[in-house]
Amino acid sequence: MTNLQVVTILVNGRPISAPVEAHESLLDFLRNKAGAVEVKCGCNQGDCGTCTVLFQGKAVKSCLVLALQAGGKEVKTIKGFAGDPLMEQLQESFVRNGAIQCGFCTPGMLITSYAFLQANPSPTREEIRTAISGNLCRCTGYKKIIDAIEEIAMKRSEKGPFRPSPSTYSEGQEEAKGNYLLLGGG
Amino acid sequence: MELKVIGKGVPKYDAWGKAKGEVIYADDFSMPGMLYGKVFRSSLPRAKILGINTSKAENLPGVHAVITYKDVPRNNLRARFGQGTEIGAQFEGLYRVLAEGEVRYYGEPIALIAAETPETAEKACDLIEVQYEPLPGVFDPLEAMQPDAPQIGEKQNNIASHFKIRKGDVEKGFSQSEVIVEGFYQVGYQDHAYLEPESGVAWVEDDGTIVIRVSSQVIEHFREVAEVLDLPHSKVRYIGTLIGGGFGGKEDITVESYLALLAWKTRRPVKLTYTRKESLLVHSKRHPYYMYYKTGASREGKILAVQAKLVSDAGSYAALSPWVLLYSTVDAVGPYNVENVKVDAYTVMTNTPITSAFRGFGAPQVNLAYESQMNELAKKLNMDPMELRRKNYLKQGETLASGYVYDRQVPLDLLAQKAWEALGPRKESTKPHTKIGRGLAVGMCSYGRLTFLHDTSRSYVRLELDGSALIRCGVPDVGGGQGHILAQIVSEELGVPLNLIKLHVTDSQLTPLAGTTTATRQLYMSGNATLKACRELKQRMLKKAAQLLGVKEEDLEVGEGRVFMRSDPSKYVALVPLINRMSGDGEELFVEAQFNAPFSDVPATEIIEGRTHPDFTFGAYAVEVEVDEGTGKVELRKIVGAFDVGKALNPILVEGQIEGGAVQGVGYALFEEMPIKEGIIQTPSLQEYLVPTSVDVPDVEPILVESGTGLGPYGAKGIGEPPIVGIAPAILNAIDDAVGVRITSLPATSEKVLMALKSLKRSK
Repeated sequence: MTNLQVVTILVNGRPISAPVEAHESLLDFLRNKAGAVEVKCGCNQGDCGTCTVLFQGKAVKSCLVLALQAGGKEVKTIKGFAGDPLMEQLQESFVRNGAIQCGFCTPGMLITSYAFLQANPSPTREEIRTAISGNLCRCTGYKKIIDAIEEIAMKRSEKGPFRPSPSTYSEGQEEAKGNYLLLGGG
Repeated sequence: MELKVIGKGVPKYDAWGKAKGEVIYADDFSMPGMLYGKVFRSSLPRAKILGINTSKAENLPGVHAVITYKDVPRNNLRARFGQGTEIGAQFEGLYRVLAEGEVRYYGEPIALIAAETPETAEKACDLIEVQYEPLPGVFDPLEAMQPDAPQIGEKQNNIASHFKIRKGDVEKGFSQSEVIVEGFYQVGYQDHAYLEPESGVAWVEDDGTIVIRVSSQVIEHFREVAEVLDLPHSKVRYIGTLIGGGFGGKEDITVESYLALLAWKTRRPVKLTYTRKESLLVHSKRHPYYMYYKTGASREGKILAVQAKLVSDAGSYAALSPWVLLYSTVDAVGPYNVENVKVDAYTVMTNTPITSAFRGFGAPQVNLAYESQMNELAKKLNMDPMELRRKNYLKQGETLASGYVYDRQVPLDLLAQKAWEALGPRKESTKPHTKIGRGLAVGMCSYGRLTFLHDTSRSYVRLELDGSALIRCGVPDVGGGQGHILAQIVSEELGVPLNLIKLHVTDSQLTPLAGTTTATRQLYMSGNATLKACRELKQRMLKKAAQLLGVKEEDLEVGEGRVFMRSDPSKYVALVPLINRMSGDGEELFVEAQFNAPFSDVPATEIIEGRTHPDFTFGAYAVEVEVDEGTGKVELRKIVGAFDVGKALNPILVEGQIEGGAVQGVGYALFEEMPIKEGIIQTPSLQEYLVPTSVDVPDVEPILVESGTGLGPYGAKGIGEPPIVGIAPAILNAIDDAVGVRITSLPATSEKVLMALKSLKRSK
């Protein structure tokens, strides 16, 4: 324990100071020193994207950043976006579109989507698909996540209102007759 | 009666908390004075343990406990999976907590450490010394079946279980057949790769109760953990967390016994979370299978006989291998009416990681074989594969391979047609060196546990004086809406708005035990238990309202916060005064109800006959692929999955299962490969074990068909596991359609397809 250095990181607007060792990652700092357990650890080696945070305005995997590199810099976790209209729209869209199953990828996925839409306000569906390709999801098959992001992109750009694909049930079953067949009982 | 809440794609109760990062998953939880656990594991796949020296580790400052098999009150148990029913030796195995005398697989737990920091626990691991005498291992189930193979388990040979189907006379069936096809098929491991690694925290309460807060699909394991510690069952409590993905991988005990032992020994809270590497190397996998199939048919395409031999790799401890094998045996010919069937299925122990439950539970492996056979047969008959299937689909009143008469609708023809039509007009390939192909496959997958397990579930529903409601139901929630759908049922039945319903799930002492979140059973079992509780409460409400309104109970209806007359809705009593009146009159405002599945007897012999499952879900996949003849790369262009879900209680959640299951199946079919060398998995990270990313798959198009014939609430069928069945053979059939090669093993990697294309060229 000889290499401890005190580092101060601005986490969701609050400066958090703690001693860290040189090898400790920003993810370690956030979960263990800053109490930010909303940042998830799925692999700790940059493969899964669950630990994605907004670091100096960019979506980064916090397990790949050293805590010391983040000294004096600003980090936002999913809890740091209260009152942010784009994030709140995205969260609501994820919830309503069924883009959340187990939820373990969700905080990272939302931050990746947020940073992407800020940089690219009117993307194509394929651009959205590419943008989230560093964040794994094992539950949803990605479609509803892409739907949720696309809906917000459409709303915010001049492309007009989002039209759900025929198999998307946006408000209960009413819009879904196309793929919704009733058979007789028995 | 018109449904108001059921059938609506309303958001899950847990979705907002997850979106805001407010859910405290297993590893997110800590306690004052908490220690960190670590598992010390074997570095050899098979060896005699001559000695374990833990003294250096114990003396390391910051280490509070080092535990080996000697410290475990009951280190060897019959694995019964929380089961009360006696199910016999062929369905049980050994559950050994820590290695004792020998190690059977690479990564087998030998010792447990609790220390003040994770780093200290890890250092202590490095200080443990084990003296091994290496022994020759056996790593392939076919080799392990040989009489001279090293003996792994407790039985006389390495065959953990052998099941048979003997239906009709296959010899006669083949002799009458004008066309016969044969094939060997092979599938390897699949890892669940949930994003949340195995994790939990345990502590000892002041009255000596061990509490384990853990990410588990089966909180009934409290019984086994209690037995490990030789404590009364009532002294071990599971508090389940919302689970960061399960898929069957958190069905067996993961960290719980270790946590309980460490907390019990140190009297301090202990946290244990697996690293991703640890998770990939040692937690249970989907079973690798070798499958030989022979199918005979008449010139007209009527299948006359199917013979199959299945050999699965049970790994080094049996776990759920016998049960998985039984599912494969029952599903061996799929949803087809075949008069003559002979199946011999074996699950064989090897010195490899444990294999156990994974979404589909033995159904996806045989599905790959029988749906490949269908296309091979169609080719030989020069018949449209869809037409061949149509001639052979199981129909209501016909028998499954087990001889069980299936008495419900089987709308496979409709499902296959719908899926196929949704592919739309055939597109041209986008590049000169690629070819487009299409494939179809159907499948069946049971929902509900084996009927001889005598499955039950309980749920408690309570009305509050202000018109809100409370549900307590011990459902582990893996994220598919297992908990949420109960609230939709209560809202529908009792007229309580969803936002006024509070749900408590997954606590082995404070919520009524609801059974496992496995086997696609929670909607069926706990949904029915909740419905039963609601109907009883509703009856009491109607009775009281009828008295108050001076009308007959049967003329009343519940909805939108009131009980009203069906013929004159202006005549009503609001819910709140009604509940208060009931309370004042001493009526019970709560019901705890139990639902029992159909029961059957434990199979008496190796021959499997009659009812084994409550019911099945049927589905069909149609896919379009583009295959690069230069590289062998298979690109998926379209996936359509059509399922008879009985009734979609929440269509968004149902779609989510189909979309997610399809993509997990794409991973199984094309990317996910776990080679093993001398018992050691060679892909211990998510950059080596490749699960599909968003750019690897197109949007899956789900088609929901509602026959209304399911055994679940409102006629629903289970849909959790079924969507992983059918997708892999549909892709292989599409590859064949595109470039004329039959891939017979998974995954269909570029290399494999390219090699097949090369050998096709050579043979021409």
